[in-house]
Amino acid sequence: MARSKNRGNQEVNAGSMADIAFLLLIFFLVTTQINSDKGLQIKLPPPLDPTQPPPDIKMKDRNIFKILINSNDQLLVEDEPLNDPYALRDMVHEFITNNGVDPKQSDSPQDAVVSIKADRGTSYELFIQVLDNAQGAYYKARGGVLGISGEEYLGLDAKKPDEEKMIDRAKDAYPMRISIAEPNKLGGQ
Amino acid sequence: MSKFRKRNKAKQEIPTAALPDIIFMLLFFFMVTTVIRQDKLLVEQKLPDAKDITKLERKSLVSHLYVGKPKEEKFGQEPLVQANDAFVRMDELVLWVTRERDKLDEIDKNAMTISLKVDQETKMGIVSDVQQELREANALKIMYNTPQLIEKE
Repeated sequence: MARSKNRGNQEVNAGSMADIAFLLLIFFLVTTQINSDKGLQIKLPPPLDPTQPPPDIKMKDRNIFKILINSNDQLLVEDEPLNDPYALRDMVHEFITNNGVDPKQSDSPQDAVVSIKADRGTSYELFIQVLDNAQGAYYKARGGVLGISGEEYLGLDAKKPDEEKMIDRAKDAYPMRISIAEPNKLGGQ
Repeated sequence: MSKFRKRNKAKQEIPTAALPDIIFMLLFFFMVTTVIRQDKLLVEQKLPDAKDITKLERKSLVSHLYVGKPKEEKFGQEPLVQANDAFVRMDELVLWVTRERDKLDEIDKNAMTISLKVDQETKMGIVSDVQQELREANALKIMYNTPQLIEKE
């Protein structure tokens, strides 16, 4: 008698329910892609005042690193054709960290300007590659000031006071001066 | 004997029946609080990758513009600009920026960032047209939205 009563009292084993729920939870955590706002940030120049003529700025040729991209996605870097956009990273880095050593490269990081000029027919993909490599060269140079790599520089948190100081120091040493010129219409769409 | 009895009592298991409920509550909490507000995309979006990307700190200051070829053929083959849930013409962009800026607090108005999500097949022509309009509207902080490039080695 006592035995059968005990059997009737048996509960359903609910211990594994937690595992199932955990599995669901982890599934959702993994599959949920939260759209993150990451990318290449630039600042556009302020709009031109139509009543005033555009300012005439004279710069030494050696201080401008010219990157031209035509509508066939061909690169012209410092008046020489270039096939690999990833080679730009080292070229730009060499250009901005020159400090007046090589007479063809920049006088100082403060004077150096990287100018990117695309055509209306240039593909956006290539433009992003070029911009990414130019910015990457700056991050590498900034990291070099602090004795860290470019990736480590990007990993610094501006909210922490000591790291903010480091970022400011690097930014002062290598102000990012990338100019994106208005595309011309020569190459057509 | 009395000692044995006490042992029997201590053997009682902790009831785990409520554990799934707790986990489910967690699950529902996450499901409810994660608001993935995404505009319904009307244009193709395959973003190019970039290596050295930076993250935007405050998402509330970001407005998105989508550029790409329309998904539906009735809108044609040429790339179009989408803001929020609809296509915008080039001459409407300045107005759109003004409206987006009005949503922000007074302090944050200068910190507004426009995130450009441009399909990689797009040509630079329309991108620069958009940039010109943004300059006109004094929305100077822009970001080319790109995922992180994962290097194959």
